[in-house]
Amino acid sequence: MTGAALRSALVRLKASAFARSAPARPRRSLGGGGDTTWAAAVAMLSLIAASPAAAQVELSGVWQPRYHEDMPERIPGPELRDYLGLPINDSARQFGDSWDPSRITLPEEQCRVHVSPYILRGPLNLRIWVEKDPKTQDVLAIKMYSSTYEQTRTIWMDGRPHPGPNAPHTWMGFSTGRWDGDMFIVETSHLKQGWIRRNGIAMSDRATYTEYLVLNGDMLTHIGVLVDPVFLTEPLVRSEEFIRSQRDLPAQTWLWVCEPVVEIATQTEGDVPAYLPGEHPFKGEFETKHHLPEFAARGGAETMYPEFKERVREWLLKNPRPPAKGK
Amino acid sequence: MAPEESAAPGKGKVMRHVFPRTIRLAAVAAAVIAGAAGAAATRAGAQQTQNFDAVQLDIQQVSGNVYMVVGAGGNTTVLTGPEGVMVVDTQFAPLSGKILDAIRKLSDQPIRWIVNTHMHGDHTGGNEAIAKAGRTRAGGNVVGDIGAAATDTARIIAHEKALNRMVMLDPPLPSAALPTDTFFNARKDLLFNGEAIQMFHQPAAHTDGDLLIHFRRADVVSTGDLFTTTMYPFIDQANGGTIDGYIKALNNILAITVPSNVNEGGTMVIPGHGRLSDEQDVVEYRDMVTIVRDRIREYVMRGMTLDQVKARKPTLDFDPRYANDTGFWTTSMFIEVIYKQMLAAHPPAKTTTPAAQQKRGNK
Repeated sequence: MTGAALRSALVRLKASAFARSAPARPRRSLGGGGDTTWAAAVAMLSLIAASPAAAQVELSGVWQPRYHEDMPERIPGPELRDYLGLPINDSARQFGDSWDPSRITLPEEQCRVHVSPYILRGPLNLRIWVEKDPKTQDVLAIKMYSSTYEQTRTIWMDGRPHPGPNAPHTWMGFSTGRWDGDMFIVETSHLKQGWIRRNGIAMSDRATYTEYLVLNGDMLTHIGVLVDPVFLTEPLVRSEEFIRSQRDLPAQTWLWVCEPVVEIATQTEGDVPAYLPGEHPFKGEFETKHHLPEFAARGGAETMYPEFKERVREWLLKNPRPPAKGK
Repeated sequence: MAPEESAAPGKGKVMRHVFPRTIRLAAVAAAVIAGAAGAAATRAGAQQTQNFDAVQLDIQQVSGNVYMVVGAGGNTTVLTGPEGVMVVDTQFAPLSGKILDAIRKLSDQPIRWIVNTHMHGDHTGGNEAIAKAGRTRAGGNVVGDIGAAATDTARIIAHEKALNRMVMLDPPLPSAALPTDTFFNARKDLLFNGEAIQMFHQPAAHTDGDLLIHFRRADVVSTGDLFTTTMYPFIDQANGGTIDGYIKALNNILAITVPSNVNEGGTMVIPGHGRLSDEQDVVEYRDMVTIVRDRIREYVMRGMTLDQVKARKPTLDFDPRYANDTGFWTTSMFIEVIYKQMLAAHPPAKTTTPAAQQKRGNK
């Protein structure tokens, strides 16, 4: 399959996934049920990517992310109170509105790791390899190492079940994988609380995550579907691209050493910086800067879909952008 | 990481998982309702209404010889070794047989010590039966004066304030269910099975007799109900609990815990209820409790009534994760307790300006 063909498939996949063809989009649960539109889209991708099982692709290698997709959010970082395009509920909004960036000055939060549903969106070097049983050469696990926060992730391939509700949660979670043709599917549970968007939009420790990895030559497409019964009203679908590196990288580019220190001498131990609900000091800054309606900045499931542009366009017609100063 | 070591993420290993969550929640609910009115009611009420026969215990290996046993009451911690067994919290009385069966799967050595993290019946109900299944090491004048009966049961450690609450219960607990070894100062140390065990009293937190138990060699903290992963903290004001003391206890847990170089694992935390945790889980919980307390404190200082505070929805961001609208400990009760304690500690200023409000609000 050519790169152009895959890109075309992905465009159709995303359009299909984001299209609101059904009036109600049921929540997906780990391992089954859920969104018919998304399932159809994945099935389509599966057909496109399918090839005989014996020819499963080799994901091993060093991978470099491409940031053209959602670049402002992923590299410079999201602006405060920018919740556009996120299917969040009111609780998530209040969580985000209360989040004071000073929180990460606390020693216990300085080395906070990005959870697996978020970590691939940021700058990192990614290494993937396969672990096989030395006696049988059966695949035991596929492993991923992210240079960011030095996180090693194990995706079990030996059929073991996910642990029970009393097992600990981790940044990378507990993952199992399977092949659907040449598409690698990963299901993850037992995640710690983390970020959906690192401006205070949180993902709860009850979230589950399903990933679809498709290889096309030296390009790897990663699509993640996040379900969070605490903070999301619908599944959140995001994707990223990676290019296979032809050379390994210097050892130090794989390291991420973090040692927390007291950064603010006057900070009282136990203080947790936070804004009062409704009293965010930068309220309105994001929508004013980009001339957007507040209902867009506040996010919600409808802001994910193409037809939401029409609502924004109508608002813009009634509220034209004022001329820039000095012109 | 070798495959056989990784049945569960993190440091713990799943040994068994067959526990019905609904029964646990119902039992905990019954326990804590009763906790507010007295642990004896917990024992009676829960035992009458719960079908403990259906409860199956889940044993998690935490670190070394320290295990977490999840059942229908507060989580039980078990330390095994050549000197015998230590049991931290004993759940409900009807589960004693199952708890003992679980202990026997882990060790054939005698139960020497029971520790009660606090006085509530869902953590102390099995004291009598489990103590009677154990034995105390004693000799010399003790056995000479008391006789062999001096060694017939395990000893039960608790803070003196927990004992004081337990002896006041009506109907009274049998004497064999009461702590035998109490202390009234801030800390008790014990070396057992080569494990340095430190018990830190946390005054006026969940109750006024809470203990944090730190197993230093295994690097595990057993918190009792000073930390849970299932609900807003139960501030048992009737038994001396306070929100400020609770937050202080959470920060004291963080002072003990040290994560690994990837900021997870390291010191493991066994909560009073819920799943096995580590420092970062406590951080999230501490942040939540502190933020809610700080909001209500600010609203109190602005002169708001309780109804006005509730209308501000000070827990909205955390409700899908921790709230209960019905049952023993509702979100409304949580807000009310904080409000009353903040009102007592921080009466509203007679005059306040918008600038002063802003300054406080943004702190």
